[in-house]
Amino acid sequence: MITVEKLTKSFGSKLAVDNISFSVQKGEVLGFLGPNGAGKSTSMRLITGYLPPAAGKVSVCGFDVVEEPLKSRRKIGYLPENAPIYSDMSVFGFLRFCAELRGLFGEARNKAIERVVQLCFLQPVLEQSVDTLSKGYRHRTCLAQAIVHDPDVLILDEPTDGLDPNQKHEIRTLIRRMGQDKAIIFSTHILEEVESACTRAIIIDRGRIVANGTPDELKARAPLAGTIIVTLRGTTWQAVEVELSRLRFLEKSELILESDSRVTARLQPKGDLLAEVLALAQTQRWQVEHLNVDEGRLEDVFRSITLPDTKTASAT
Amino acid sequence: MKTIWTIARRELGAYFSSPVAYVFIVIFLLLTGFFTFMVGRFFERGLADLLPFFVWHPWLYLFLVPAVGMRLWSEELRLGTIELLFTMPVTPWQAILGKFLASWLFLLIALVLTFPMVVTVSYLGHPDLGRILSGYGGSFLMAGTFLAITCMTSSLTRNQVVSFILSVVICLFLILCSWPPITDIVVNWAPAWLIDAFAGIGVMTHYEGFQRGVIDSRDLLFFLSVIVFFLFTTSVILRAHRA
Repeated sequence: MITVEKLTKSFGSKLAVDNISFSVQKGEVLGFLGPNGAGKSTSMRLITGYLPPAAGKVSVCGFDVVEEPLKSRRKIGYLPENAPIYSDMSVFGFLRFCAELRGLFGEARNKAIERVVQLCFLQPVLEQSVDTLSKGYRHRTCLAQAIVHDPDVLILDEPTDGLDPNQKHEIRTLIRRMGQDKAIIFSTHILEEVESACTRAIIIDRGRIVANGTPDELKARAPLAGTIIVTLRGTTWQAVEVELSRLRFLEKSELILESDSRVTARLQPKGDLLAEVLALAQTQRWQVEHLNVDEGRLEDVFRSITLPDTKTASAT
Repeated sequence: MKTIWTIARRELGAYFSSPVAYVFIVIFLLLTGFFTFMVGRFFERGLADLLPFFVWHPWLYLFLVPAVGMRLWSEELRLGTIELLFTMPVTPWQAILGKFLASWLFLLIALVLTFPMVVTVSYLGHPDLGRILSGYGGSFLMAGTFLAITCMTSSLTRNQVVSFILSVVICLFLILCSWPPITDIVVNWAPAWLIDAFAGIGVMTHYEGFQRGVIDSRDLLFFLSVIVFFLFTTSVILRAHRA
């Protein structure tokens, strides 16, 4: 439903978005990750048609956002960064204004507003002036505006920014539920959000896509993904290390912690190490207290992908 | 059309939901009254017309219209709502016209509320109502011209004060261009073609016709084309913001 082809945008001499291409299908929730200033918001502004691209093409539901801006915008719901709202209106007035700009009038408009008020839990502040809202309510009011016309495509720029954990959870649940029959792109700094709400994630760094895959695929790219962490009781590292060194599939082993009678180690595999370790533990009659295959953490992937400069800097 | 009305209604609502509208209307009415009766010597003149009333309008508009229009786009830029507005199915022209018409309508409301002047002068004598009507028309067009200029200056900056000052300066220039006390001084050294050129773009010469009850199509065209020109400039500036 969203197709982005070789999209490029620069501000002055600074390349903000550099030749990115991807697509989002119906039923997909795409997480946009990246450090601050990586080009997330700019990409989203390009997709919504707010900014004109320097090169490349964006089409939404088959409509080019530059050639047919009104048609494509009708299909999009957009929550801009920092959730801007007209400060001199009530929540209801604001939603009515947005609904009418979306072409909803009369009964259809009232029903649409009622629906989003329920979805975004705005009932208590409906008649309140936007000026006096807390940050959470402001954000949800702006989110309500984005979904008031039940769009096929949703672009949400940091929808959970500044919310408390409960509100974050509500918004995430909402995004996941809406994602079943819409195409959604949302950006975030919170990596657990990607795991809990996204079907796919893209990491952007300095205007380029540096990773694109499901959260599980991305996690597998973590430097420590696939390593085995094992805790044994009633033995010493010295004894364990000797036995481990005989294993065929062990790349390297590393002691994490040795205390009175416990040894915790991280084992780097180069094949099916897990079965070997289990077999060894049985023949050696080790008491395995804890055994875990590290799934990899998104945070590690994120850091290893977006921090190459500091790595080389510290190496030299 | 519906979109323009939706935007215009929001703008009007914004005026009346804050004290701005009421303060403006009260000040406008007080000042027109003050200038007409105290400075314009309405009663002493003993003439049944509204000349001392209309003659002050350009000077009142010079400050009051920028005050009304300065927030039109500055506020959108400051709050970031411009991003919201321009990702809605709205063309830039619909937005510009909606906002402009809302403010112009607001100024019209203020102008209409000066009707006691007309009642007074009709009670005291037998004024030429056609001339009064054309005077109002000219005043309304003048307000629209200044408003279009303010529209343009407010699209330049997110700071309302800057937009106010810029607008006052431009409006002042247009007034002084063809204001006799200034042109009388300049006429001694400036070439005639320059004086004519400035008189042509000055608002005063075009405004005078309406006060005399003469609706010249050239004057009408002047005001309308200046309005269109500045609204067009606004659209160019708004596009430049995004690119």
